[in-house]
Amino acid sequence: MRARAAALQLALVAAVLFVFWYVASNTAQNLEARKIASGFAFLAREAGFEIGEAPFLTYSAADSYARALLVGLINTFRVALIGVVLATLLGTLVGLARLSRNWLLAKLAALYVEVMRNVPLLVQLFFLYAVITENFPGPRDALSPLPGVFLSNRGIALPLLAPHAAHAWLGAALAAGAVLAWLLARWARRRQAFTGQPFPVFAAGAALVLGPPLAVFLAAGAPFALARPELQGFNFAGGANLTPEFATLLGGLTLYTAAFIAEIVRAGVQAVDRGQFEAAYSLGLPRRRTMRLVILPQALRVIIPPLTSQYLNLTKNSSLAVAIGYPDLVSIANTTMNQTGQAIEGIAIIMGVYLTISLSISALMNWYNRRIALKGARA
Amino acid sequence: MKWLRENLFGSWGSTLATLGILWLAWTLVPPFVQWAFLDAIWLSPDSRPCRAEGAGACWALIAEKHRFILFGTYPYEQHWRPGVVILLLLALYVASALRRFWRPALALAWLGGLALIGLLMWGGVPGMPYVENERWGGLALTLLLATFGIAFAFPISILLALGRRSRLPAVRAICIGWIELVRGVPLISLLFMASVMLPLFLPEGVSIDKLLRALIAMIVFAAAYLAEVVRGGLQAVPHGQVEAADALGLGYATKTLLVILPQALRIAIPPLVNTFIAFFKDTSLVVIIGLFDLLTSIKVALGEPMWSGFGVEAYLFASLVYFVFCYAMSRYSQNLERGLERNRTHALKGA
Repeated sequence: MRARAAALQLALVAAVLFVFWYVASNTAQNLEARKIASGFAFLAREAGFEIGEAPFLTYSAADSYARALLVGLINTFRVALIGVVLATLLGTLVGLARLSRNWLLAKLAALYVEVMRNVPLLVQLFFLYAVITENFPGPRDALSPLPGVFLSNRGIALPLLAPHAAHAWLGAALAAGAVLAWLLARWARRRQAFTGQPFPVFAAGAALVLGPPLAVFLAAGAPFALARPELQGFNFAGGANLTPEFATLLGGLTLYTAAFIAEIVRAGVQAVDRGQFEAAYSLGLPRRRTMRLVILPQALRVIIPPLTSQYLNLTKNSSLAVAIGYPDLVSIANTTMNQTGQAIEGIAIIMGVYLTISLSISALMNWYNRRIALKGARA
Repeated sequence: MKWLRENLFGSWGSTLATLGILWLAWTLVPPFVQWAFLDAIWLSPDSRPCRAEGAGACWALIAEKHRFILFGTYPYEQHWRPGVVILLLLALYVASALRRFWRPALALAWLGGLALIGLLMWGGVPGMPYVENERWGGLALTLLLATFGIAFAFPISILLALGRRSRLPAVRAICIGWIELVRGVPLISLLFMASVMLPLFLPEGVSIDKLLRALIAMIVFAAAYLAEVVRGGLQAVPHGQVEAADALGLGYATKTLLVILPQALRIAIPPLVNTFIAFFKDTSLVVIIGLFDLLTSIKVALGEPMWSGFGVEAYLFASLVYFVFCYAMSRYSQNLERGLERNRTHALKGA
């Protein structure tokens, strides 16, 4: 039995190694025959193509391929991070709406979920892109559903908080408040463990987090000026201007992922046993604290693992950008491959980046799952 | 009346939500109906009436291009062949969905059906001229990609799932490597890999066509996701079953084939169907590497100057086609889940 197992494994490993060797030697021969260079030296060469949007990092066609790919990576992270936040908000709202006692609201939410989940994301992206570029009016007669917001076939223009010297201080005050609140929560937990006396952590923490920034804000004379987009020539200037590609990708990813998140939130809330509510009430816990101390921790234990995998899906789906021309990592790597012919390196970069993201998030998830797992229960 | 009061006007918030939704419906639905049905242009050989002032949706695009959307660039006078293939596939799907047909003969029907489909698509026999697979396309290609993808990926996924739970460390490592590597990267990167790297992997002179390359990437992708679902099913088989099989002195193969897999796969059917839905949607990604599936056909039809600018109508139609297939599968999976649940509680009560 032992010997057979060992022989089987040896044969399998040998087969896998042989396939790798065969592929590698063929590839080496083919590369030689087609005179394709290998290695990552091309990264330092001049890219020679422009990129439509390069936030946070100046880029021009004279920069290197490495810098172009970095711009792509930043663009991927930009759309993925904003998408994750918006999809979580929308998904939670829709998920709770599905549980609403209002029949119309629940049905509307169910309709939303069914439609979004059963149509491929790529079709939704093409649809949104067609709506924006073909059906929105030109910048001159842009739609303005809210004051300061303009929808046109050049994208979506939004008002943005005008930069002010006090804003940096505001951020600093917020960070300091958050640290203080965290320390306070730790102290309160320890005191309760020792003395059994509760401390109004939530109210005090909220005061600590929001108080200092508010004080700074008022002391600086409440600098709350919005930079509104205004029509200049053929497009809008000022405020934030989302290109049609970015708006499409962000909108599509958000709407699509929100439908999946809604189902996860609904399942999570429904997974908490009714008896838990009743037990908490009979202990005399008020409704707010029942939610916070009893229901939410249990629902979150069910919600968080599938939620993270949705976040990963959203990040991976952002690679569909290549189909509508948003310059994310995949589409820039694709351009790079077409120009240099170094497909293996290009695909290795794409896969390496996504694998790093996926594996680090799942490592984080495993750590978190172990932390919240029921004591004594096996994962 | 009582129902209305309880379900629509139960509280202040509920009343507000109801009124808000009714107001939205009032402002959005009539203009949509006006655009999509009343003012729509249903039939027209060209786009001139669609571009007239006050014209609604241009469904004439779909009517005019329906052959192209269904069959792609397949030779026109041979269109009955992919047509029969679509019907054949639909019949096989429906037969597989009915529990009455869940018996070994179904597998034979699939084998025969797939062989017949290959014959119809390729041809090369008297009466049916050979059609190279570069010219396959449209809805027929979408269904073929999805069906053949699953048909090959499913057996591989069972092996991967068993391998991942194996006691042999080398087997386990290889299976985990495949599954996690594939699940960690986007499908597009695999499709790119298949379209640009696969030709480099093969010895000189050997080449495989674009369709087969894409299909290989889709199979590798689907196998990894299906394997995780199958593994879930394997984990859900009560341990007593394994012990009972061991006590009977069954070997690994008999135990797995006769005791564990039948139970595991039965448990895994609903999540498997969900994975099928995801895979069906994912076939649309082949548009990026230029394969001629349903979505590509629609995109190409829109590329003609005459029909450009009607993207909304075209993609609404594409959404509808995908929706019909996916929604049918998802309703089926929900029904099945309820049925299996009932069976289990029934069995427990009987015991």
